[in-house]
Amino acid sequence: MRIAVAMSGGVDSSVAALLLAESGHEVVGLSMQLWDHSSESGRTGRCCTLDDLSDARRVAWALDIPHYVANLEEEFRDDVVRPFVASYLAGETPIPCSACNSKVKFATLWDRARAMGCEAVATGHYARVEKDPGTGRPALRKGADREKDQSYFLYDLTEEQLAAVLFPVGSLTKAEVRAHARRANLPTADKEESQEICFVPTGTRAGEFVQAAAPSLGLALPALPGVVENARGERLGGHDGHFRFTVGQRRGIGVASAERLYVVSIDPAANRVVVGAANEIESREAEVADVKLRSVDATGGPFRADVRVRHRAPEVPATVFPRADGTARVVFDRPVRAVAPGQSCVFYRGDLVLGGGVLRSGPRSR
Amino acid sequence: MIYLDNNASTSLDPEVREAMTAALDLYGNPSSVHSAGRRARRAIEEARDEVARLIGSRPEEVFFTSGGTEANSLAIFGTVSGRSGRVVTSAAEHPSVRAPVERLAESGVETVAVRPGADGSLDAGAVVDAVTPATILVTIMAANNEYGGLYPVSGIASGLRGRGVPFHTDAVQAAGRVPIDVAAWGVDLLSLSAHKIHGPKGAGALYVRRGVPLEAHTPGGGQEKKIRAGTENTVGIVGFGVAARLARERLAREAAGIARLRDRLEHGLIETIPGTRVVGVEAPRLPNTTAILFEGVSGEALLFRLDLEGVAVSVGSACSSGTLAPSPAVLSLGFTREQAKGVVRFSLSCQTTEAEIASVLALVPRVVADARAVRAPAPCRPDA
Repeated sequence: MRIAVAMSGGVDSSVAALLLAESGHEVVGLSMQLWDHSSESGRTGRCCTLDDLSDARRVAWALDIPHYVANLEEEFRDDVVRPFVASYLAGETPIPCSACNSKVKFATLWDRARAMGCEAVATGHYARVEKDPGTGRPALRKGADREKDQSYFLYDLTEEQLAAVLFPVGSLTKAEVRAHARRANLPTADKEESQEICFVPTGTRAGEFVQAAAPSLGLALPALPGVVENARGERLGGHDGHFRFTVGQRRGIGVASAERLYVVSIDPAANRVVVGAANEIESREAEVADVKLRSVDATGGPFRADVRVRHRAPEVPATVFPRADGTARVVFDRPVRAVAPGQSCVFYRGDLVLGGGVLRSGPRSR
Repeated sequence: MIYLDNNASTSLDPEVREAMTAALDLYGNPSSVHSAGRRARRAIEEARDEVARLIGSRPEEVFFTSGGTEANSLAIFGTVSGRSGRVVTSAAEHPSVRAPVERLAESGVETVAVRPGADGSLDAGAVVDAVTPATILVTIMAANNEYGGLYPVSGIASGLRGRGVPFHTDAVQAAGRVPIDVAAWGVDLLSLSAHKIHGPKGAGALYVRRGVPLEAHTPGGGQEKKIRAGTENTVGIVGFGVAARLARERLAREAAGIARLRDRLEHGLIETIPGTRVVGVEAPRLPNTTAILFEGVSGEALLFRLDLEGVAVSVGSACSSGTLAPSPAVLSLGFTREQAKGVVRFSLSCQTTEAEIASVLALVPRVVADARAVRAPAPCRPDA
């Protein structure tokens, strides 16, 4: 079977390609050029830098497979970076990886793969796809390595996308992946992980990126300075842009106070950041938009789920009340800290992904 | 492999290879007085004679460079030579002209880029009209690399006659594909590259009409009459000389055959695949080039697939990341970015065969159908 493997230049996708090639498939490597880093000098180790493309190419040489680089800079700018900046300017803390996966990476990967005559696509994500024995539809599950699980970023892949994708490292641990890479002498075997947002230069905060990028994307920045207040509307200080803050943030608020202060909410229209005590950032409920549900028993009415509101955050048992308009209300069994609008909210049952959506600001109850 | 990317580079002709292999032993410095040096000098000057013959110039008007890019750079910076004023160019130039012109613009030179028409032709009158008394250089390519459009070099030259404006043309794609006669064309400077005419990489030349002032940009040992210092690339220049001779000898004999194969490919693709059109089909074009727009298909995806199937073509132009961006030349004809991304260039050579074209005609419709069959699953739709 001819399979297109998305090769980022990291060890996980390198091993994905390795394992498929070793099991006799005709593997075609495909890297995606998403963002032009050329204006940033001396940045290394981030997604889709020229060094990463070069690493992917070296792995392809080692595996003796054809390797191509697709230029998706325009799609990435329009479908990922612009919404990312717009979301920050709307007072949210966006997570660009989900949109990147569903709208750019997997969409294009499948598009290019079909054009290249491939029957399947593969990536180096730590997640698993299994056919649901009851419905025959593909079910998304967490990766076997719970520390590395990336299902949180994949919840909104479409069923067509899931049906065509292979996650060869999804059933392995990171240690096993590294061992495979070393065994095969892959040049990426000991490469360090990229964790942060790939298009924000290392050492740069997201807020700085938003400020620098907004004008070229045609997005207006708020008038400066803004105001820091408490919930009673008392002015505690100023700030240089609400988009530099995220709900739940404690450090860098810039307001002297006897008690620890946290960002409770962000009001972009007034460029106002509301801060408060630890108990004020706890929520019993959350509003979710753009809800995608993939598991049959979750489509009828309210359902129970373990809910994750942040990458790596512990799951919290909750009841999800989906509405016909694609939104949902999530009622947690216990208070959850720092529910930040813009982050993904993913519903699990065990290791099965039931669906998810995007957190919106909504009614809060303490 | 079926190689249809001859505008990017061509295979080394066996006769060129043979001459270059022999020239590897011409180790003497061509500037040296002893016999080893004189042997190398003679080989270089014989090559210069051949390059001059290809373009109808005198040998002493041919200056060897490392290739087309350096020839263009030397022509542009050497002519402008730090002066201010206006430079007139086209919007469809190769990056090796576009980038030097952009650099001039940054240093305060006024630059005007005349766009070809939507049909792919460039209006000589529009170029001449853009020339003012302040104009210090006109640089217009003879043949476009992306879709093969031939620009009216001699028409522009007649319009410029008597106005004292130096006229440079990048003839890298024209050489070996259409006759070049610098006297009949009336150009002052003309760039050539060896590897586009079955010669080696790393060798090119700039024709500079006698009496046209040009400032050297590589000071040094005074080679190439102080225009381009540096010990000559004897092996490359020898290969260039042989390639130039072969190009001249073959041109009359083979251009018609290449054009016939190109037309067969072009008509075959247009007739069998819906939603296709030829870029610049109405304009005068190189006989070996066709750029085809496949509506609703990523040219990049077609390129990848055709490579997997053993056919080499090209799309767009290389960008900073080494990946491909829509061709500026195609965009300059008024195509949208989306359309420009669906343009694939097929460029033939004298080595392209009837059977190869037949194979490509059998393959491409199937490949395009695959690419169109399933566009990406619509993103962001609820599954349930």
